[in-house]
Amino acid sequence: MMKQKFNRLISTCVPLPLENVDTDQIIPARFLKATDKEGFGDNLFRDWRYDKKGNKNTSFVLNDPAYSGSKILLAGKNFGSGSSREHAAWAIAGYGFRAVISSFFADIFRNNALNNFVLPVVVSEPFLAELFASVRNDKKAMVEIDLPHQQITNLTTGNSETFEINDYKKHCLEQGVDDIDFLLSNKDKIEKWEHDNV
Amino acid sequence: MNTLFDKIWDKHVVQIVNDGPTQLYIDRLYCHEVTSPQAFAGLRLRGLQCFRPKQIYCMPDHNTPTHDQDKPIADPISKAQVDTLEKNALDFGLSYYGMMNPRNGIIHVVGPERGLTLPGMTIVCGDSHTSTHGAMGAVAFGIGTSEVEMVLASQCILQTKPKSMRITIDGKLSLGVVAKDMALYLMSKMTTSGATGYFVEYAGEAVRNLSMEGRLTLCNLSIEMGARGGMIAPDETTFAYLKGKEFAPKGDEWEKALAYWKTLKSDKDAVFDKEIVFHAEDIEPMVTYGTNPGMGMGITCHIPLETTVPEAGRYSYMKALEYMGFQPGEQLLGKKIDYVFLGSCTNGRIEDFRAFASLVKGRKKADAVTAWIVPGSWEVDKQIHEEGIDKILESAGFAIRQPGCSACLAMNDDKIPTGKYAVSTSNRNFQGRQGPGSRTLLASPLVAAAAAITGVITDPRTLK
Repeated sequence: MMKQKFNRLISTCVPLPLENVDTDQIIPARFLKATDKEGFGDNLFRDWRYDKKGNKNTSFVLNDPAYSGSKILLAGKNFGSGSSREHAAWAIAGYGFRAVISSFFADIFRNNALNNFVLPVVVSEPFLAELFASVRNDKKAMVEIDLPHQQITNLTTGNSETFEINDYKKHCLEQGVDDIDFLLSNKDKIEKWEHDNV
Repeated sequence: MNTLFDKIWDKHVVQIVNDGPTQLYIDRLYCHEVTSPQAFAGLRLRGLQCFRPKQIYCMPDHNTPTHDQDKPIADPISKAQVDTLEKNALDFGLSYYGMMNPRNGIIHVVGPERGLTLPGMTIVCGDSHTSTHGAMGAVAFGIGTSEVEMVLASQCILQTKPKSMRITIDGKLSLGVVAKDMALYLMSKMTTSGATGYFVEYAGEAVRNLSMEGRLTLCNLSIEMGARGGMIAPDETTFAYLKGKEFAPKGDEWEKALAYWKTLKSDKDAVFDKEIVFHAEDIEPMVTYGTNPGMGMGITCHIPLETTVPEAGRYSYMKALEYMGFQPGEQLLGKKIDYVFLGSCTNGRIEDFRAFASLVKGRKKADAVTAWIVPGSWEVDKQIHEEGIDKILESAGFAIRQPGCSACLAMNDDKIPTGKYAVSTSNRNFQGRQGPGSRTLLASPLVAAAAAITGVITDPRTLK
């Protein structure tokens, strides 16, 4: 996965108004057998997106051409619960999403998303409900995510909210650097800890 | 005035990054074949070695078939993933317990039973059920593959310190009610996100009275409430379980370790961010009716009506029931089932097989039921044979398979067919979890045994 910098994003949203979407739905276990990170986007939401014969399920939102090219997934409460599989984040990034908006994320998924330069944006329930309404009225409704100012704007209504992200992770996303770069740069501290404790 | 969690976490802090996460030292990294290959590939790409190879243990469990493990895996993609783990372990100098190795099994069963998991440790694995190891008094949690790579490279991880929660379960469990019911009850009350952002300590009389196996089951399911992890203060039950285990300290080292482990409990005046109390007497054998582990109820209860669900969640609720083929208000007792699965990192330990055997002894498996009986490890399999449980199961019509994750997530051939109902002792009833279109009812080994004998959902207390 490329280290893709994240600063400001303006895009339409793909609405998925379901709660508790677990990582088994995002990417079913039978697609976890790869030993690289490529191609997971093709199987994102596989069992909702395709029928058993592999035909597209036309009623599923990802198959609606109106949303093609959208960079934002808009999801119900408690998105990404269940398994720790980072393949879920690879599938979302691989499909082309750069951000997921929800009122609540499962912990491990949130970390996995950030580590793949996909921004999980936590918004209030009313803001989320308004976003879903805007997209329901107009599939081309746009949203702006401004990471430097930690602000999200529903461009249909003009309403904004700020969102949380710690300064360290924000820096990683803005600069396109990851945690391993950081950890490798302070091995002396690790060795000192071992010396004092082991 | 520290919590047990604080004591272990704080001791492992290497540094706190300004306005950012904590750099935490990790004592043990467990690797299985599914969530590690890309991490090793990342190391190679960066030209790195493992920083502390002796603290890393690898074993395949997810893809392993539950028969003919002495032969190569038939599915070439599964085989490639397992072979990749073996090659990575060899290339990077890590301990590796492959198929048919007596130390092989589900990583969360093997760690505790070999004494690789010890009180006071920090433990991670690319697997959400790493919370299991917290039962030994460790800080253990699941991580993603990027984080596995961090630990391979530096034996550290960057994490935001979670908030603390204590769940106290007072009183005594009733007859026929076991650790799995306790966990399913907690999930039904807490929902699948009720503990998100928290690290849970389980306390109270009912928790203290659990065996080590029961505690492992309870902590295993912490993640299903969204918790980062769950843990139980080590006590005489823990120490007795660990003494003499292969990798547990011996002699003077044991005494020294024991003295330290005895300090690992929350101080009397420790303050938790959240405290919740439940009563063991309120818990009956549980069964799930929906498509997440929080959708559970007492086995004699009726599926909640749509009107009891908050409005924003009703659409998801009805979708879940539609998938399961159930109606609101319906009772599950007497419902016909097709499959029974005994096993997984939740309920694949010796005590689970003893419980299952206690109910099927002298009875016969229902003809219409297909049962998959899968020990969590070769060690559990050995105990099953030593205790004669194999004979009880075989004369009741059950065959014992070879160890692995098996039908819990169906990455091998053990798949529940579309539309079929499985009473499963595993941890997740998500849509398609046990095979595309499969319908899972999570339950204890006793409820699974009762269903296997009668072919329908049955209250195990009525079979005594």
